[in-house]
Amino acid sequence: MEKTAGPGTEPVIEVVDLSKSFGDLHVLKGANLEVIQGENLAVLGKSGSGKSVLIKLMVGLLKPDQGSIRILGQEVSTLGRKELDALRLRIGFSFQNSALYDSMSVYENLSFPLTMNVKNLSRKEVNLAVAEALEAVGLADKGKQMPSDLSGGQRKRIGIARTLILKPEIILYDEPTSGLDPVTCTEINELINEVQQRYNTSSIIITHDLTCAKNTAQRVAMLLDGTFPKVGTFEEVFTTHDPHIRDFYNYNFIE
Amino acid sequence: MKGRSSETSSERPVSSRRYLFGRGVDDYFKGIANAAAFVGRFFKEVFRLPIHLREIIRQSYYTGVKSLPLIALTGFIIGVVFTKQSRPPLEDFGATSWLPSLMGIAIIRALGPLVTSLICAGKVGSNIGAELGSMKVTEQIDAMEVSAINPFKFLVVTRVLATTFTIPILTIFCISVGLLGSYVNVHQEEATGIITFFRGAFSSLSFLDVASSLAKSVLFGFTVGMVGCYKGFHATQGTQGVGRAANQAVVLSMFLIFLEELVVVQITNWIRLY
Ligand SMILES: Nc1ncnc2c1ncn2[C@@H]1O[C@H](COP(=O)(O)OP(=O)(O)OP(=O)(O)O)[C@@H](O)[C@H]1O
Ligand SMILES: [Mg+2]
Repeated sequence: MEKTAGPGTEPVIEVVDLSKSFGDLHVLKGANLEVIQGENLAVLGKSGSGKSVLIKLMVGLLKPDQGSIRILGQEVSTLGRKELDALRLRIGFSFQNSALYDSMSVYENLSFPLTMNVKNLSRKEVNLAVAEALEAVGLADKGKQMPSDLSGGQRKRIGIARTLILKPEIILYDEPTSGLDPVTCTEINELINEVQQRYNTSSIIITHDLTCAKNTAQRVAMLLDGTFPKVGTFEEVFTTHDPHIRDFYNYNFIE
Repeated sequence: MKGRSSETSSERPVSSRRYLFGRGVDDYFKGIANAAAFVGRFFKEVFRLPIHLREIIRQSYYTGVKSLPLIALTGFIIGVVFTKQSRPPLEDFGATSWLPSLMGIAIIRALGPLVTSLICAGKVGSNIGAELGSMKVTEQIDAMEVSAINPFKFLVVTRVLATTFTIPILTIFCISVGLLGSYVNVHQEEATGIITFFRGAFSSLSFLDVASSLAKSVLFGFTVGMVGCYKGFHATQGTQGVGRAANQAVVLSMFLIFLEELVVVQITNWIRLY
């Protein structure tokens, strides 16, 4: 499969010495990570290792105990409500379970963040933006449906479309392919690559699906025991003898 | 830390191991402090823009119109039943002519606000608890947050305003239907005319009675909305938590309504004395 456009050199996300605990449960223990402008970075790690926590910290849904997160040049934990909201508009967040608004149709799910954040849009402009986002995820005809009538894969795509509608510079995908069949996974992977090229976004893709990581990301980072001991290209990370990383690899490619 | 976006709604409280008075007592007071902060936040956010007028109207429609048939039926039945029940003791004194005035006092002062808000606690409060609870556990509230939409403002403030406005209106409606039910029964038994009945019903009521009744229903409306939102917003642990949020919303708001009733009656009686 073809790899996408070459990334620049500017870091858009810098995580330094980040720690987060819930009571006695230490999830992140001084993690360091960098995402470069234009790249897709896959974050791998087993269930419960703190992958979702990591990106929730990035958008300020959780507060870090220690360490710093700089996104697009701004230190997240020092931002006031207004500045944080402004930053959040530049970041797309695709939830692990899609988190579509149940009480709204697909169309309203997409138009809601737009009309709430951009004042004085005409109905035509909103329609156009929604149509474009739906078309980008290949579900142009689903606007009228309710989220409960969609399949899991379609829900994921609508979730991604909802993040695209605000034209974010960074997208955080939380397990975009989990629970999907291989064919749909491939489609989602292609979608992620297409989004990267079309909108020139930088992304973090959280996954435990190595095929997804291999096909979408320029670099992968392995979250092990609260830190990222190994970050690099797919080949670099998986030519290691670290038993934890080997286990991960072996399961995915049935060696 | 400066202005750190307030809620971080997805953070579950993690109880530390040291307790001041033992676990139960500490959690109890922490719960009260949390609830107080939640109510405080409402008053802070309610005056901020944007107003979300359309959402307020939509929620008011759900609260109001959807509860109307149930409240009409219940109000009417209560009017009839209470009149029937109050008649025999009055008959013993040959004082059935006091019935309209007695029913006026009973329905306007006490039954109308109480019945309406209890019905709404069961119907609207549980609905709000379940809806926000499921939004919470499926991360829809977080989704709003990351789209730079203030979920407290959009979900809580609109719903609380809706119940605070609509429940008094429903109360007035309930009182009217209740008095009508009472009239139907009195007319049947004592052949009292409609004008005589309503003159009697309002004769022993003061401005204070009506005002306190209205104030009560505003307070009850606020309580139903607030408790539903609070329980929903703090739902945890998946689907089970949603059911629990709905259930607790009903139980707690009913309890608070009775408590508030007691307090308001007490205050009204003090004012009456002076
Ligand atoms: N809000 C929270 N409050 C308390 N504990 C939490 C919270 N969020 C996550 N945790 C805990 O932190 C740990 C890491 O959770 P996280 O959701 O980041 O895992 P994950 O790596 O995304 O796993 P998965 O692949 O299953 O999604 C888990 O043990 C979880 O129980
Ligand atoms: Mg996760």
